[in-house]
Amino acid sequence: MVKYMNKTKSEKIKKKLRDSSIGIAGVGGLGSNASIALARAGIGRLVIVDFDKVEEDNLDRQYYFLDQVGKTKVEALKDSIKRVNPDVIVVAHNLKLEKGSMEKPFKDVDVVIEALDNAETKAEFIEEILLRLPDKPVVAASGVAGYGHCDRIATKRCGNLYLCYDEYASSSDTDVLLAPRVALIANWEANLAVEIILGEDIGH
Amino acid sequence: MRILGIEVNDKKVEWVENETVSQLLKRMGYVFPLVIVKINDKIIPKGDFSNVVVPDKSKIAVIHMISGG
Repeated sequence: MVKYMNKTKSEKIKKKLRDSSIGIAGVGGLGSNASIALARAGIGRLVIVDFDKVEEDNLDRQYYFLDQVGKTKVEALKDSIKRVNPDVIVVAHNLKLEKGSMEKPFKDVDVVIEALDNAETKAEFIEEILLRLPDKPVVAASGVAGYGHCDRIATKRCGNLYLCYDEYASSSDTDVLLAPRVALIANWEANLAVEIILGEDIGH
Repeated sequence: MRILGIEVNDKKVEWVENETVSQLLKRMGYVFPLVIVKINDKIIPKGDFSNVVVPDKSKIAVIHMISGG
């Protein structure tokens, strides 16, 4: 009986994830790692947006490979997603999000993940999505730099904004960005997006 | 006239009549240049900080954005 119920639960979850779409703004350290986690989880459609090319320096924390250096990040990431899960529909936009129209690529997704790097762009993006797409859940991150201090990271919910937050972290202008903490927060964001789609896990 | 009346990041703070968002941030000592402000779950555009007045009994969230990603 218990086994039967668990199977039903997992099938329901798989279907719901397959029917969902998530937008990822920026596919650097946060966005590339979050996208791969979401592809593995079986999200049906991912909309990825970035204007950068893969550089060798990115490989210390971003989900790219040496043989992808020079490619656009969105194309490189699309290839990697397809190697993980060819069923995911990937919509790749190689463009810079400009103030005044940042919400455009994300109009029809279920959840938007803010995965940008600089504080000013983060603030502008969150403000625009919350103002222009008021019903859209937004997952964002602030305080990624440094290492350690897992326990300082917390989820702060404020209406439709779900923030993965370490308010005591330093800026990446003055502190290092290292793979373990970047990937931790990227996966934290991906996990929050999954929770928004599925609703809180009440167990069984 | 000062009444104990608003909540800023879950902390009870006095309400000050006709105080703008900018003035409140200054009073709270929030000097971070990049913040998201929500009043009763409504986002306040950064460009409006100096003309939006904080209503009594409101709940304000001030979120500090830090670079890194």
